Amino acid sequence: MRSDRDGLSAIVQVVARWTLVMIVVYGLAVACFGHLTPGGGFAGGVALACGFVLATLAFGGGSGPAAALHRRVAALEASGALAFLGLAALGWTAGHFLQAWTPRGAAFTLVSAPFLVLINLAILLKVGAGLFAGFMVLVLFDRGLAPTGGGEGET
Amino acid sequence: MDAILIGLAAFLVLGSVAALEMKHLLSAVITVGIVGMGLSILFLLLGAPDIAITQVVVEVIVVTVMIRATTRTADEEPGPPRSLATVVAGVGAVLVLVGVGVAAFAALPRFGAARPMPSDWYLAQASTATGGANVVTAILLDFRGYDTLGEATVILVAIAGALLVARHVRGDGEAGGGRRPPPPAAKPPASGSEAAGA
Repeated sequence: MRSDRDGLSAIVQVVARWTLVMIVVYGLAVACFGHLTPGGGFAGGVALACGFVLATLAFGGGSGPAAALHRRVAALEASGALAFLGLAALGWTAGHFLQAWTPRGAAFTLVSAPFLVLINLAILLKVGAGLFAGFMVLVLFDRGLAPTGGGEGET
Repeated sequence: MDAILIGLAAFLVLGSVAALEMKHLLSAVITVGIVGMGLSILFLLLGAPDIAITQVVVEVIVVTVMIRATTRTADEEPGPPRSLATVVAGVGAVLVLVGVGVAAFAALPRFGAARPMPSDWYLAQASTATGGANVVTAILLDFRGYDTLGEATVILVAIAGALLVARHVRGDGEAGGGRRPPPPAAKPPASGSEAAGA
């Protein structure tokens, strides 16, 4: 079996590079326009996590477009959750918790409901990083590294 | 339309049973993926594109993760074949469930006909009150914001728990290449000198 650090063949990597762009754009679009079209932060976040998983599988754990994310997923997920909570808390300026406090633009445009867009983006960050973190944890366990700190003595 | 829905639902049931009965673990995972894609088509036909999109992307990532997790154990031998009594009991239980289900669904109002009292108000007010043209998102994020906050909390806590369990391996995760069967996750950590190396 191939080692995780090697990644897959050059063909897979080139195709992955192309599709990765489309997957990330799709995830962002589904989240950004979730208040106008079907979709939302959760679906967009899962699509984004799919893209990161693709990058990790194609390029291996140590390199590739998602490598910089590997050690920051926990921080990213936490910041997404804190952004959600902060946006909800800012509702107190307009009345009460989770109140839509932003001004509203013309109907059927991106700015028609900025509060929904911001919440969707916070959920996108949280779900995208969170599901990718779950995948990373599964891969770490699959590699046979014990939660008890073993693994150094191996190989 | 009803015929398509019933046919698709029957396909999903058959696919689920097939996934359970597959001898090969990888084949079972692929069958689960087919069932999930069929389910998303079902959601789309029922007029729920939001759910259909979510179902597709969740299915993709779940099947990917399951394939990644089962490739090592894919050749595992299944258990001994079932005895006749087990099969008879299983078929009997399914028949009873189907009977109860048919009776229960006959007592329900027609699909989509019954709406709780706030639903009509939500439908009428969602676009004008929140500015979101997509009523589903408007309800989820504005009217029912606390539900979404709770759902977000569930995911956050689940992933935080998983990261906490994996904390000891994250430190040397890239350097280690040890290949041994994954130990039980419930093992108590810090058992003497082993945990000191992280």
